[in-house]
Amino acid sequence: MSAIQEVANPVVEAVPKRAMTLGYGTSLVMLALLIVVPLFVKNFIIFQLTMLLIYALAVLALNILTGGSGQFSLGQSAFYAVGAYTSAILIEHAGVNYALTLPVAGAICFGFGFLFGQPALRLSGVYLALATFALATAMPQLLKLGYFEYWTGGVQGLVVTKPDAPFGLKMSQDMWLYYFTLAVTVAIYIFSVNLLKSRSGRAFMAIRDNEIAASAMGIDVALYKTLAFGVSAGITGVAGGLGAIAVQFVAPDSYTITLAISLFLGMVVGGVGWLPGSIVGSAFIIFVPNIAEGISKGLSGAVFGVLLFLVIFLVPHGARQVAMLAEHLLGKLRKN
Amino acid sequence: MHFSQQLRIAAFSTAVIAFVAGSDGALAQKTYDTGATDTEIKIGNIMPYSGPASAYGVIGKTEEAYFRKINAEGGINGRKINFISYDDGYSPPKAVEQARKLVESDEVLLVFNPLGTPSNSAIQKYMNARKVPQLFVATGAAKWNDPKEFPWTMGWQPSYQSEARIYAKFLLKEKPDARIAILYQNDDFGKDYLKGLKEGLGAKAASMLIAEESYETTEPTIDNHVFKLKATGADVFLNIATPKFAAQAIKKAGEIEWKPLHIVTNVSISVGSVMKPAGFENAQGVLSANYGKDGADSQWDDDPGMKKFYAFLDKYFPDANRLDTNVVYGYGVSQTMVKVLEMCGDNLTRENVMKQAASLKDFTPDTLLPGVKINTSATDFAPIDQLRMQRFKGEKWEFFGDIISGDLSN
Repeated sequence: MSAIQEVANPVVEAVPKRAMTLGYGTSLVMLALLIVVPLFVKNFIIFQLTMLLIYALAVLALNILTGGSGQFSLGQSAFYAVGAYTSAILIEHAGVNYALTLPVAGAICFGFGFLFGQPALRLSGVYLALATFALATAMPQLLKLGYFEYWTGGVQGLVVTKPDAPFGLKMSQDMWLYYFTLAVTVAIYIFSVNLLKSRSGRAFMAIRDNEIAASAMGIDVALYKTLAFGVSAGITGVAGGLGAIAVQFVAPDSYTITLAISLFLGMVVGGVGWLPGSIVGSAFIIFVPNIAEGISKGLSGAVFGVLLFLVIFLVPHGARQVAMLAEHLLGKLRKN
Repeated sequence: MHFSQQLRIAAFSTAVIAFVAGSDGALAQKTYDTGATDTEIKIGNIMPYSGPASAYGVIGKTEEAYFRKINAEGGINGRKINFISYDDGYSPPKAVEQARKLVESDEVLLVFNPLGTPSNSAIQKYMNARKVPQLFVATGAAKWNDPKEFPWTMGWQPSYQSEARIYAKFLLKEKPDARIAILYQNDDFGKDYLKGLKEGLGAKAASMLIAEESYETTEPTIDNHVFKLKATGADVFLNIATPKFAAQAIKKAGEIEWKPLHIVTNVSISVGSVMKPAGFENAQGVLSANYGKDGADSQWDDDPGMKKFYAFLDKYFPDANRLDTNVVYGYGVSQTMVKVLEMCGDNLTRENVMKQAASLKDFTPDTLLPGVKINTSATDFAPIDQLRMQRFKGEKWEFFGDIISGDLSN
């Protein structure tokens, strides 16, 4: 066990909690940008921005798990799928308002993640990553099972109705959904920042940095590890629910292992443990494949690989490194 | 003649002339929707160039090559085709993103031949809400023939269900006391066949179907299913499997010397990737149905249609694998698209595109079997629904019987 821990622990390096977020000023500028930009672009771009926020949420969730508590997961697509199906089934079969389905999706995924966290306790590092990988590969097949077909639509999936803007607002469906998603994202972001600053967050990080030392300090390692899984799964579930509403369709093929790997990639590119990086990582997984396809259709996968390699090679700490560099340069300019 | 009277006549004749000129103008006037101009028609497409279904990506490449040929020959009514094809990696959310990009950002006239049942299901509602044609989708699901609910969506190839009904018709006629054992893939593909077969057999389904076994695509081998089915004593084996598994089943049945009347689906008729690996000696007498010509089959070597197809490949797509049925498919479906655009003339509105697509009469692309014709109408959005039975003999398929229609009615 100790040998494994020695190998596994340094993989996620210690990020001090102050370095996990942005300053107030920068945060407000970012928020203002996110509010203003959609007013000037086409509906299609607004849709892409909505997807950007949704994947950012899912990456953020993984970031809390990996960057916060030091546990790996390649199974986020499974939680995302459960969230998406929960929302879709509630909207289409039970006629529940779309906004109300999100807390339900979050709660169900929290429970699901918390339960999955129990057996996962015995595993760490790469072994945990493999266990969650199994979850991700199993999920699409579980969704196809005949027993649930009445609810899930089986392989055909379920079509979800897109909500109109409420209160008679003169706003396109896309724009309304964008602002709705933005509100949810901001709320969850604030919650996550505060969570990591709280007692629980400190416990997560203590476990991440050294499990034995953490338990010696009286932290209930088992509880906090499963809690981290639960919170991460819950946020991913909310993201999945939003994704189902934005895409208007859920099907088992939407939530394969590729999605889980994309989210993992987004986290690494954004910077492990740096929450604002989630949105950068999300932008990477949405837009870079399109750029790669633009360069060469036949070799889009290879081009994507090269771009990814360049990013990892040049800025191994992802967007966090770029941001710190920028901050450093700005600081120098001010002094001069 | 009074001046006022003169004036009245003058005014009247001017009005008549103006009216005639005006209506004349209206007749000759070209009408366009987004995506079409005097010089260009923009066509969108979504293909899995990457991901688990990337083998189908060659369809998109064939289509691109075919439209290049049309452009080189002067275009359609003087307009060049601008073919914009995007990759969705067989992922439904990505397909939605790409469809929106095509419609809202590239502003295409229509989306042609997007591939995959999940991807098409994902974009169907959007396309119909935007009233943009989702034309000749590349999937065999039966649900694309629904002009009432989805007037902007149309399929192309025979649906799995109509193919299964053809087998049902064949069995009812040739072997009315058959005891049928079915092996099917546990997904939409397999279930569609099963449904079509049961519909086709009608009241006799309960007595004729004696065993159903399903398998998952993740199973390494399906041998045990074949054993089980043999043990039921069935004398008809309906093998509803994708190529790899179909070959395994043919081979296993041969090895355990189970010799029922064996039917494989149109999906798994490739000589190169199914019959040969299964062993020609095991595949003798296997039945199936087809609607297109096979590039690997020497009986079409002198066929004028296939000669045109080979000439096209030589000039515009020399890298293509001629034995790949997907290339033949891409060629046939592109020809249908071009035919519809030709029929549209100068009225290139989305509404007219759908109207013309629904008025195809006895159209025959070069690569369809002689006798198989494309027919559509305002209530029939299933372009191809005829197939012909074939039997494997020696190292190739031999056709027999007449062209059979997959309609429920006849």
